Amino acid sequence: MDNNKILEVKNLRTHFYTDDGIVKAVDGVSFDLKKGETLGIVGETGSGKSVTALSILNLIPQPTGKIIEGEILFEGVDMTKLKRRELQKYRGNKISMIFQDPMTSLNPVYTIGNQLMESIVIHRRMSKKNAKEEAVKLLQLVGIPEPKKRLTSYPHEFSGGMRQRVMIAMALANDPSILIADEPTTALDVTIQAQILELMDELKNKTNSSIIIITHDLGVVAKYASRVMVMYGGRPVEFSNINNIFYEPLHPYTIGLMNSITRLDEKKKEKLKPIEGTPPSLIDLPKGCVFASRCNYKIDKCTSKYPPLKEIKGNHYVACYRAKEFMEGSLSRKG
Amino acid sequence: MYPENREPEAKEEATPELAESKYSRSSLYKDAWRRLRKNKLAMLGFAIIILLILIAIFAPLIAPYNPTERIKADSSLGPSAKHLFGTDILGRDIFTRVIFGSRISIQVGIVAVGISLTIGLFFGALAGYFGNIPDTIIMRLADIFFAFPYILGAIAIMTILGPGLINIFIAIGILGWAYFARLFRGSILSIKNKEYIEAARALGASNFRIITKHIFPNAFAPMIVYGTMNVGTAIIVEAALSFLGLGVQPPTPAWGEMLSESLKYINTAPWMMFFPGFAIVITVLGFVLFGDGLRDAFDPRMK
Amino acid sequence: MDNNNLLEVKNLKKYFYLRSGFFFQKSAGSVKAVDDISFKIKEGETFGLVGESGCGKSTTARAILRLIEPTDGQVIYEGEDILSFPRKKMFDIRKKIQIIFQDPYASLSPRMTIGDIISEPMEIHNIGDKKYREKRVKKLLEIVGLNPEHINRYPHEFSGGQRQRIGVARALVLNPKLILCDEPVSALDVSVQAQILNLMTDLQKEFNLTYLFIAHDLSVVKHVSNNIAVMYLGKIVEVASSEALYENPLHPYTMGLLSAVPIPDPELEKKRKRIILTGDVPSPIDPPSGCRFHPRCPIAKEICSKQEPELKNYSEDGKKHLSACFFAGKSIVK
Repeated sequence: MDNNKILEVKNLRTHFYTDDGIVKAVDGVSFDLKKGETLGIVGETGSGKSVTALSILNLIPQPTGKIIEGEILFEGVDMTKLKRRELQKYRGNKISMIFQDPMTSLNPVYTIGNQLMESIVIHRRMSKKNAKEEAVKLLQLVGIPEPKKRLTSYPHEFSGGMRQRVMIAMALANDPSILIADEPTTALDVTIQAQILELMDELKNKTNSSIIIITHDLGVVAKYASRVMVMYGGRPVEFSNINNIFYEPLHPYTIGLMNSITRLDEKKKEKLKPIEGTPPSLIDLPKGCVFASRCNYKIDKCTSKYPPLKEIKGNHYVACYRAKEFMEGSLSRKG
Repeated sequence: MYPENREPEAKEEATPELAESKYSRSSLYKDAWRRLRKNKLAMLGFAIIILLILIAIFAPLIAPYNPTERIKADSSLGPSAKHLFGTDILGRDIFTRVIFGSRISIQVGIVAVGISLTIGLFFGALAGYFGNIPDTIIMRLADIFFAFPYILGAIAIMTILGPGLINIFIAIGILGWAYFARLFRGSILSIKNKEYIEAARALGASNFRIITKHIFPNAFAPMIVYGTMNVGTAIIVEAALSFLGLGVQPPTPAWGEMLSESLKYINTAPWMMFFPGFAIVITVLGFVLFGDGLRDAFDPRMK
Repeated sequence: MDNNNLLEVKNLKKYFYLRSGFFFQKSAGSVKAVDDISFKIKEGETFGLVGESGCGKSTTARAILRLIEPTDGQVIYEGEDILSFPRKKMFDIRKKIQIIFQDPYASLSPRMTIGDIISEPMEIHNIGDKKYREKRVKKLLEIVGLNPEHINRYPHEFSGGQRQRIGVARALVLNPKLILCDEPVSALDVSVQAQILNLMTDLQKEFNLTYLFIAHDLSVVKHVSNNIAVMYLGKIVEVASSEALYENPLHPYTMGLLSAVPIPDPELEKKRKRIILTGDVPSPIDPPSGCRFHPRCPIAKEICSKQEPELKNYSEDGKKHLSACFFAGKSIVK
């Protein structure tokens, strides 16, 4: 089983040292990624999902951000221990990333072809001519019509969806084993979002790479991911396969999230059951469970000690003292 | 910094209410001040400015002599206990004259920038808010002003108006407006299309109300920054004019005028030039450092 | 003509003219942001307007309020065309129609306290004295679920959801009848989104409000709306009740849109047959001939590129279900 793990993150803690105090953006995150799977990381603004992704390639904004603890094991190498130079060999090569905003991720003064070829030449030491052929192939792969002609186009000549396709082409240029997608479709329209996600899924199956998709959209996760990590306040609160998360959530936050979403297929107009209150400030994290102040199931223990992420049943990890009660049915999810 | 001595019990019961109250109840200006206080260089600049203003106000109390008093016996003396900065060719105490000279510099800096700012705000607001024809006319006019080198323009105006403090105010004040107008126009343009302006228009707010209540307060911060830095520029221009004999006339002590008079003795009595020159450098540095700090404080993303 | 229409938009058009050249500006074509759209909103209902970016939905809201002057058409509010109103009459009508914006960060002036922000409408319209205004502001803060004691705080001290509550309070302060909601929840996190949606439905019942609810998120629009209009490139392509729109979409664009939204239900998603619309939304400067959707439409025929389909009623049960397609109701699954 273990050989199947391509990436393992252990107790990652990434903090930001700001004027206002220490922001504990990621505070104890552990997960693993299997070969060929799509892992969803779900959470709201400030849950630490993006920082988790950035930490993997150590792309956290310097000098305020710092990984203060933890291991990130990729092919047996701890990425946190690598020097800048060594890490660059991994970036865009074995692990690539695509970001939310396709408008700002491309350099406006270079042609698409230029930027694509740069990434190929850096990591593969190819001749320019071969790199060009490769670039055409890549554009074709991501569904850009007339790829040869488009090589000489500038980013502003592309629509948002097309730019995101180019970003994917760049990310795939060196056959990465892991593709990290940080809200890849949030800036795009619904019909374009569907195109991009389908494309990513298709390419993943073709190349047998793994995807980490970071999103706030539970629909996207339900469709494309096989396992999900739900994050809140810089920590994972629940981690399991999608069926467990969607049909038998055991953490009050996940349950609340499921109750607050509007569903296209809802039959009767039922009132939503939102989670009251707002997420806590990551600077002044409360003692105990971060979610306790918004939780309807809070007990005394919750405010004194943080519940550890525990395996409640087979491969279903939950960080809640009352998870067992949800599982056994003695506690209702309707709250 | 966050209170470390807070009771742990209080932390446990962190309701959203409490979590929120950790933000100090403050406006942009208080926030900016809080950040400014942490910036050591800016605070150094601020200290220099305060010190300078105090010196200017209390000049007669600090200065050991009268600035125009000539002590014949003491002419052209180097720095000593009796004359800290030495004396000039006419036997006047340079320490005293440097102290009194600060009055001219500070006045010119503040009044001239005040004039530029007022004119600039008015025309910048017109151009930025109404656009079209007012914008074209005002900005082309500003272009004409940009075409002149600042100092050359000042010399030209002073030649027409004749020397004197009031005329310096006018010359420097009028020349500077275009910079303020352009800057203010820019920040108005960026604010004009914000949703809260649209919200006010949707409520039926008048143009006057929108400009004064919504745009001005939001567009003003960069003006303060630029104004502060510009005080330094105004002081240099004034010194240059006085150096050229177009500004403040002797025997009124002004740093530029002192530099000009000491030029002849640069080899024999370098202190005559050093101290007024040093005063100019320190003063300008003070305003630039403070202005720089202000900019960072108003816009923390710059860092 | 049914009489309980609070707002009727008739043949509304908004063209933006592009100019080029520095000294001698010449017309360089126009963007037909809103091109001849009509719809009716009944009193007390929520009317949804849904579409992708650039379809003209936000422009429609701004044109109704005359924040931008429409090029042509009528906006009939309680029987009168407000586009023909002189300044003074328009000023009065602004009390009755309010707007809530998308971005809770940009829609509140950062230099004003929330007390000032919420009482500004009363100040502009000269309602009550200082004491009355303060009382009313506190009352409204309570209604939207904020602490009235926070009246002297600044917007940046609040979270996104709380700010949107402030925006709602400002929209309510003059007792309006109609509120235009321009993507009111799309900038918010899911859990907070639900709070604001619930607040808006509660307020609607309590104060008998009518909403024009504009959003790109189909599932949100479906949740809150009674009737929905779907826009594409400045045109309305389909109007129906929210149930009919989901269960029996008639326009191929609506079908594609519905199909593109993933449903948060893994088993269902596995079974669901999705149709992915290909291509991008064309530029509104030079929209396609005939039906504007035809280049992306999986069932387009020759006629679609030549003739523009009319928005016609296809319902047999008396309830209106309008669609602008020559092949309305034909499945796009091949």
